[in-house]
Amino acid sequence: MRVTRARAPGLGYRPGERPWTALLYVLPGFVIYALFVLLPIGQTVRYSFFDWDGFSTPEFTGFDNYVTLFRDEVFRLALRNNLVLLVFYTLFPIALALLLTALLTRRRIRGLGFYRAGLFVPQVMSMVVVGVVWRWIYNPTFGPLNQGLRAVGLDGWARPWLGDFRFALPAVGMIGTWVGYGFAMVLFIAGVQRIDEDLYDAAKLDGAGSWQQFRAVTLPGLRNEVTIALVTTLIAALRTFDLVYVTTRGGPANRTRVVALEIYNNAFGISRVGYAAAIAVVLTLVVLVVSYAVITLRMRTAEG
Amino acid sequence: MAQLGETVDGFGRPDAARGARGGERTKARWEPRLVLTYGLLTFFLLLAIGPFVIIVLAALKTGEEIGRNVFGLPEVWRWGNLADAWTQGQFARYFRSSVIVAVPVVVVSCFLSILTGYAFGRMRFPGSRLLFFLLLLGIMVPGEAVVIPLYHNLRRMDLLDTYWAMILPDIAFSVSFGTLWMRGFFSQVPPELVDAATVDGSNSWQTLWRILLPNAQPAILTMAVLFFVWTWNDFLLPLVVITDENLRTLPLGLAFFQGRFTSDLPLTAAGATIVALPTILVYAVLQRHFIRGLTSGAVK
Repeated sequence: MRVTRARAPGLGYRPGERPWTALLYVLPGFVIYALFVLLPIGQTVRYSFFDWDGFSTPEFTGFDNYVTLFRDEVFRLALRNNLVLLVFYTLFPIALALLLTALLTRRRIRGLGFYRAGLFVPQVMSMVVVGVVWRWIYNPTFGPLNQGLRAVGLDGWARPWLGDFRFALPAVGMIGTWVGYGFAMVLFIAGVQRIDEDLYDAAKLDGAGSWQQFRAVTLPGLRNEVTIALVTTLIAALRTFDLVYVTTRGGPANRTRVVALEIYNNAFGISRVGYAAAIAVVLTLVVLVVSYAVITLRMRTAEG
Repeated sequence: MAQLGETVDGFGRPDAARGARGGERTKARWEPRLVLTYGLLTFFLLLAIGPFVIIVLAALKTGEEIGRNVFGLPEVWRWGNLADAWTQGQFARYFRSSVIVAVPVVVVSCFLSILTGYAFGRMRFPGSRLLFFLLLLGIMVPGEAVVIPLYHNLRRMDLLDTYWAMILPDIAFSVSFGTLWMRGFFSQVPPELVDAATVDGSNSWQTLWRILLPNAQPAILTMAVLFFVWTWNDFLLPLVVITDENLRTLPLGLAFFQGRFTSDLPLTAAGATIVALPTILVYAVLQRHFIRGLTSGAVK
């Protein structure tokens, strides 16, 4: 965490005013935040130690919810599905964007602002809209995907994508790839243009081919951008909810069930509130640990 | 995570930086690499916007026409579909709810974030590190970690099925990011600017509004765009705290609509268009701000 301390001169207040003035500025925002974010975080942890249906008196059960959780087949399945989605949400977009960055010219690209704006469009869209659009694209009978496949004679490939036991999860994952690649591309193209051209010249003098240049100059130069893309897409993959809710609701036969959906179903569908809270705690910890790990890893590579 | 982003502020290093050198390199105007570059960029650009283009086009066709002409322009432009979604599909109502929620969230969150960001960026006070750390939790913790107790608290406060149930938590989450964002801005203001004001006898409040704010407009605009898009697109919270059909926001309305009218594709497409249009418009006008905000690395 970068902590720039405010320098002594240029503080916004006269000596007589501090420090209570500062707290007055913080107070209104912090109170709302404390009531609607901070307090609920603590409550979620508390709920996770109780057996509670949301209405009757909660019964303290210690770590029972967590024990149940790790024996729960459906939860394990959901977790596994999230890991598969990780490949689609994180690995594919970043790999694709890196590949493109390597192929594209490093010179100034005319009209880049235009491309950038277009590539970023999926980031602006509600995931519900994205889900509605792709549900239609995947529609078995009149969806553009199957229509296109039939038009080029690949009738055998046409299938009810989101209803197919084998293809439902990859089909949802591909939507994640589609949402994420533009974001990664915009980041990397911006990053590569900031790398000093002299580094490439030096690498060439050393006889480095384009692949070696990419490994020795481009990749290290994009460390910050790759880290941002990793953290953002990893979190998106781990907590994905809207998209799955709109496209498959976890079906067919739990093939696309994910952790966030498990939280929602348990808390608001079948009233296992304590159990849902335990899942939420685990998800939060995973998100925090993963983000922390990626950022520390990056700092270590930055030093080396 | 703030530090990751300090370097990323968009594209285009200035011509001077790359300038002459790039020029030397150009021998032929259309060398293969350049053709490849534009080819790939165009392909992936079309892939990114294609799905939205065909859904907007679908919103203007009949169901029968969508079946045989997915990619082409409509034979007859049926604007009536949008009107049908707006009235019969209740999207007018959903739109109203979305505006009632998004406007106060953006305005209040910006105001509160300016105040907190100012305090953390320019003042020293006891407990500031702890408070700042606590505020950062809100950026890192996913909404799923909060939504269960939030539901039960709002039920006890009798706020379920009210706009407040969406507005207050959305403000709370926004302030968390806004504090980090505005703190970053305020801490970079040159001290001389503030000193001059202090010498003139302004107190901190006057310094903030008269001296600092006029310079803060780009930072605030970026923050406001992000708040707007997040609030407008929020789904989990409305799904949990709203059961009254009259209070549904656009994404929630669309999700229920497509569940009920799967077969009526033009109307669903029209609904999706209505949900997407306001964010697209805001984005079209302020895209630089939006991209700068999202690529700064300060966003989960």
